[in-house]
Amino acid sequence: MSYGETPSQTVGPYFAYGLTAQQYGYDFTDVVDPVVAGPDADGEHIRITGQVFDGNNDPVNDAMIEIWQADANGTYAENPVDVASTGFRGLGRCGTGTDAQNRFYFDTVKPGVVADGAAPFVNVIVFMRGMLVHAFTRFYFADEAELNARDDILQSVPADRRDTLIAKRVETRTGVEYRIDIHMQGDAETVFFDV
Amino acid sequence: MSTFKPRDWGSHAPFIAPGYKSTLLRGPSRLPLAIKSGLTEGTGPRFAPASVRKLDFDLTKNGVTNGEPLGERIVVHGKVMDTDGRPQPNILVEVWQANAAGRYVHKVDQHNAPLDPNFRGSGRCMTDADGNYMFYTIKPGAYPWGNHFNAWRPNHIHLSLFGPGFATRLVTQMYFPGDPLLELDPIFLETQDPVARERLISKFSIEKTEEGFALGYQFDIVLRGRNATPMED
Ligand SMILES: [Fe+2]
Repeated sequence: MSYGETPSQTVGPYFAYGLTAQQYGYDFTDVVDPVVAGPDADGEHIRITGQVFDGNNDPVNDAMIEIWQADANGTYAENPVDVASTGFRGLGRCGTGTDAQNRFYFDTVKPGVVADGAAPFVNVIVFMRGMLVHAFTRFYFADEAELNARDDILQSVPADRRDTLIAKRVETRTGVEYRIDIHMQGDAETVFFDV
Repeated sequence: MSTFKPRDWGSHAPFIAPGYKSTLLRGPSRLPLAIKSGLTEGTGPRFAPASVRKLDFDLTKNGVTNGEPLGERIVVHGKVMDTDGRPQPNILVEVWQANAAGRYVHKVDQHNAPLDPNFRGSGRCMTDADGNYMFYTIKPGAYPWGNHFNAWRPNHIHLSLFGPGFATRLVTQMYFPGDPLLELDPIFLETQDPVARERLISKFSIEKTEEGFALGYQFDIVLRGRNATPMED
């Protein structure tokens, strides 16, 4: 017997007190938050940050971004992990409504390579009011040019759109940041994947 | 480990859905690029049972300050399965909704309806070994929104599930049977296939109704299934 998928529906404008309550200051716990890797996790500690832009090029203040990534050794955390105790969870969630510039951010470690012929990357889901179906994308890392040039999936993207997937490395006073914006539409429209 | 079957786009709304105006500037304008499902998409986060605390599954109690929330008490039961009918155990189900008056606790909700000091409207639960979940809540009210003149959202509860892999992620809304607003609601109607969108409507269940306490609704959720053959790498 086969069953039809339950349709996706928009996350809407009011997800924050349910899905990102602590980040937004509501009296409820979060099971997923912007901390993907705690301070004890192995690997290079980085912050990934950026904005989400709509078709008018205005920053979106009610998007929710989730990421899922391998640890520094290229392994996905497949068992339930408490980030506070073991350091690496692999999963992050951040709303764009708490930062003055509507940035999302994730505190994590740079992922390792998960398979031969792949560059390090982070898997990303974009949710927001105005999206009935979430969109999948990826973040790659600008300082991995050699591996990026050999990554099957990145190379399957038309060359003139590949840059939309590559986060730029910036050394700040507080540490290493990778910056990448998500453009829903327009000339710089992010490449989304049918995963 | 095996990979997941591709998303069945016939069961979902398009990115750009003109009846729902916000999609016009927010949905990607180009088709998503198909990629071979691999390790990343086949894996996914697992949640320890401790992620769900004692009152998280009872929205009639988890936001109380000085009494009981107002409204019609309900209990929602459902089974999470995949398209092959396999029950999905240990799946985190997160829920949030408006109160009985149609007002969200969210700070940006400006609807002129009262907040309820005893109802926050968010919670979570996990599916058991057979894929079943349940939570108590108050039946949410309808509320107006700005999509078009006299636009009202039907009564609904928002649900979020990860499923067994990152690829099976699902955020959806559960509606109530017999709601006259459904046939006027673009968010519901933009799922073009009428058979698919019926899956968004819960069923009233007298068996799940608790005598003298709460009306019962059944809302089963179907996630993408796995491919029969395991992946090579
Ligand atoms: Fe809603």
